[in-house]
Amino acid sequence: MDLVYTQAQQTFRAEARKWLTAHVPSERLPSFDTAEGFEAHRQWERTLAKGNWGMVTWPTEFGGRGCNLIEWLIFEEEYYRAGAPLRVNQNGIFLLGPTLMEYGTPEQKARFIPAMASGDEIWAQGWSEPNAGSDMAAIRCRADRDGDEFVINGQKIWSTRAVYADWVFGLFRTDPDSSRHHGLSKLLVPLNSEGVTVRPIEQLNGLPGFAEIFFDDVRVPAFNLLGGEGEGWRIAMATAGFERGLMLRSPARFQQACKRLVQLYRENGSDVINPQIESAVVRCYMDAEAYALSTYQTASKLCSGGTIGAEASCNKIFWSEMDLLIHETAMDLLGARAEIEPQTAAEFAELGAWLDGFMFAQSGPIYAGTNEIQRNIIAERVLGMPRK
Amino acid sequence: MNFTFTQDQLDFQDAIASMLRSEVTADTVRSRWATTAGVDERFLSQVHELGLNSMLVPEALGGLGLGVTDFILLAEACGEVALPEPIVESVMVSTPLLVDILDQGLGNADIQKVVDGVLAGDLRVSLGHAINPCINYADSADWFLVSEGDGIYLVPKEAISFKARKSVDPSRRLFSVSFDPRDHVRVADGDVGARLQRSTLNRGALANAAQLVGLSRGMLDQSVRYTTDREQFGRAIGANQAVKHLLADVAVQVEYAKPVVYRAAYTVGVSPNRADFAVSHAKSAAARAALMASRHCTQVHGAMGYTWECDLQIWTKRAWALAREWGDEGFHNNRIHEWLLRKDALLGPEFTFGRGSITDLEKAG
Repeated sequence: MDLVYTQAQQTFRAEARKWLTAHVPSERLPSFDTAEGFEAHRQWERTLAKGNWGMVTWPTEFGGRGCNLIEWLIFEEEYYRAGAPLRVNQNGIFLLGPTLMEYGTPEQKARFIPAMASGDEIWAQGWSEPNAGSDMAAIRCRADRDGDEFVINGQKIWSTRAVYADWVFGLFRTDPDSSRHHGLSKLLVPLNSEGVTVRPIEQLNGLPGFAEIFFDDVRVPAFNLLGGEGEGWRIAMATAGFERGLMLRSPARFQQACKRLVQLYRENGSDVINPQIESAVVRCYMDAEAYALSTYQTASKLCSGGTIGAEASCNKIFWSEMDLLIHETAMDLLGARAEIEPQTAAEFAELGAWLDGFMFAQSGPIYAGTNEIQRNIIAERVLGMPRK
Repeated sequence: MNFTFTQDQLDFQDAIASMLRSEVTADTVRSRWATTAGVDERFLSQVHELGLNSMLVPEALGGLGLGVTDFILLAEACGEVALPEPIVESVMVSTPLLVDILDQGLGNADIQKVVDGVLAGDLRVSLGHAINPCINYADSADWFLVSEGDGIYLVPKEAISFKARKSVDPSRRLFSVSFDPRDHVRVADGDVGARLQRSTLNRGALANAAQLVGLSRGMLDQSVRYTTDREQFGRAIGANQAVKHLLADVAVQVEYAKPVVYRAAYTVGVSPNRADFAVSHAKSAAARAALMASRHCTQVHGAMGYTWECDLQIWTKRAWALAREWGDEGFHNNRIHEWLLRKDALLGPEFTFGRGSITDLEKAG
């Protein structure tokens, strides 16, 4: 155990900091769930890609830096420290990208990865369906093979970023006689295909952060099949999924939020008559740090050839509940002002983005597998409790 | 940057943990309760032969010269079986204090003799600290390290007067002690004494944190077994989500307490004077996990969980005690709170491992 960064890691941090300081937009970008904000965030992806900072863990041939997970953590720390914009192509770069690298053909990699890295193609995800939410194996949306094409019919829902995105990836039932997790395949579909209808769904903040997607005889070439036909479930659940889970929410995001929380507490704490506030602030700070330590531990294990442990199954519950507590505490510190939605720079300076973060935090325990499902998984697969 | 244990460290933990699991069972713990001294002498000499007593003593003083991160997993393993004998405290807290005193050229005529006796397995030293009202297993100690004000005193058993206090945990044997703080038994004083007391408090809190993690695991294991075996409505009660979720919540807290405890162990090892934050975090997180484990695991045992017969009590009661010994949650959270309010506090994601992470940036301006 050696909890000191190497010279090379420190140099890497310095390099990242220098670049971010020079390039992070000084003005807050509008939300990427508006047309204007989406394009502004796409532009930011292009800037990142030009500097080769788009996805530092990717191999250099795909515009990455071949960084290991420790370096990724360092980059993320600097990224959030710099107050850089959220990643509009998160579905692509964190979820689809690694899967393409593992299962894609050389032609598929060449077709999709550079455009993803450059921000030219932004991805939405299409897992859930009206009757396949927590029970994802109940997917019904069909993709029937027809020569060199698949013909897709059905519906996806809760597709994050689908309103303005260019492409969607998801699981489709390619074997009509199959059931549950058999006969599913992973397909990549352009959202401007004929027969695709995207119906925006307004989120709690009133912006269309996700959408329903209707597929009506949508034809995509068989080239867009990722992995083998019928292997969709296995690919979705593959080992790489653990790493993606690890990277879904980087600890720096919460540590930076807690730094702001402590500042808010220093400014407002004495005006708040709430004996619980002190311990809530302390708890948030400890939990964010615990999450960082756990991630460093996992990253170290993976870097030294080890395998991921029980913490992978626990992390979603931990960070999503922590995120709620951080934002609830900030709302308490703002008191009755907490309901005010900041409109101007002056109001942002006064109130921060806590309200928006608070609303978004409500979704954390729900998306990517509700925390109730996560608890079942921990109980059955980590603790070994009986399924029935 | 490498936040992993070495294969040697993991193998040693495996070996000790399996020895502990076969030697320290609920039955042998209960048989200790029936004895006068409450300790298993045969087991203690076995532990000594394994070298635990000298593990953290520098080689120059005749020890094995290992570090806190080498022992922390063993401390956790001791917690997992709810070991009654205060081995963790002895190895991690009182012996290092003796070594610190000796190292700094302090002490009196007795100190070398006491250290040698500990290394030889002939002597036991108990520790009194102002933060704790009692000393555990004081009756089986030969020497005492006790404090009064900033002073630390090395006192033989004969010069100590004891008053037994009954702990809720039958495995703990508490005594309040008093002694005459005379000059000739004082081994440290003033700033030095205060600093040693502070690092002792950190080691004590860390020792408890590691054991609390182990205790939580022990409670979880028993509860998984019980809820798998026990049937109601024609199926295992552990198949019910309400039961699963109680235990899953504990598992999450334990998973996220572990790296915090390991970071604290590392910090106490390399930078004992700057370990307050790391240790307080560890103690607070581990205590929270263990108290939740006690509550939830009692709950899933149903009425059995409220009986003397149920072995779970060996673990839950220890957790109740260790969670509050060496500083309770309020004490440790308050230390973190004070730190968060300091103007020079290093806050933010780039400081997870302190200033060490940005040395070069500062050099670069």
